[in-house]
Amino acid sequence: MLSEIVDNIVYIFLIIGVFFNLIAGIGLLRFPDVYTRLYAGIKCTTFGSIFICGSVILLGLKMWYQGSSDGTVLVIHTAGALIAILITNPTGAHAIARAAHRSGVKPVGAVVDDLEGKPARKSAPIKKGADK
Amino acid sequence: MLAFVVTTILSFIIYLLLTTGSGTDIVIFNENFLRWSFGEIIIGIILSVIVGIIARKIFVNKNYRMANPIRWFGFIAYIIGPFFIGMAKANIDVAYRVITGKINPGIVKISPDLKTDLGITMLANSITLTPGTLSVDIDEDKNDLYIYWINVKKEALKKKPVDCKYICGDFPKWIRRIAE
Repeated sequence: MLSEIVDNIVYIFLIIGVFFNLIAGIGLLRFPDVYTRLYAGIKCTTFGSIFICGSVILLGLKMWYQGSSDGTVLVIHTAGALIAILITNPTGAHAIARAAHRSGVKPVGAVVDDLEGKPARKSAPIKKGADK
Repeated sequence: MLAFVVTTILSFIIYLLLTTGSGTDIVIFNENFLRWSFGEIIIGIILSVIVGIIARKIFVNKNYRMANPIRWFGFIAYIIGPFFIGMAKANIDVAYRVITGKINPGIVKISPDLKTDLGITMLANSITLTPGTLSVDIDEDKNDLYIYWINVKKEALKKKPVDCKYICGDFPKWIRRIAE
């Protein structure tokens, strides 16, 4: 009885996760420039991955409850993967967006751009005469 | 010395969590829960001492503010509560924009008035994962953030830098409580 309920919750979590990853894919195709594509890609893949990892964690807890010794390993390793995704995904998006803006890609149809014309920061000085 | 001890203990705990299930010499609770072999634990101690020597200056800088358990519980409450609700809203917003294709973008500057590196990192990551916004660049002198905003509101542009409440709601308050 309990096993069937947990199985159904796992299916629902998997469906939600796959749906949001699908939305991310469609967004990558439909949006016009790099920022909006990052916007769709980052948010939806992170949210979808949370649900997919959550379904694996629930399955591991069910295995542990039923007396299988692999359950804890599954839960701990999946939780580690989830934490890594949560930290690295927005950081990578930030790096790509910053690199795109510094190499001259402007947002399509921008109403306002406060970053336009801001000098490169002082903490990363460009060496003069290094290219001679 | 204290920095070395803290780093070593934390890396040893993480090593133990990742290598559970390796043998049945040491058992916590019962055999299905957590178990290790002696060899794994000896290797774990050696490796975490090495990691503690190498990484103590990177991992702990100057003060031990984050060693307080109240801040950890605050962090967990923040992840489960406002952060997760913000992410759910963000995804419904993305689905709406993917289907209709309506965008009204711009890059705005906010000054959240956070002082530590950890706090500003947490705020930038939270902003990236919550509705309508993506953090693009940072002004390292004043800790101002430049935010790509997909649906710019007219009334927010009257004041520069833009007020935080339009972009990230209550997040700076939470992060000030956790990290500063």
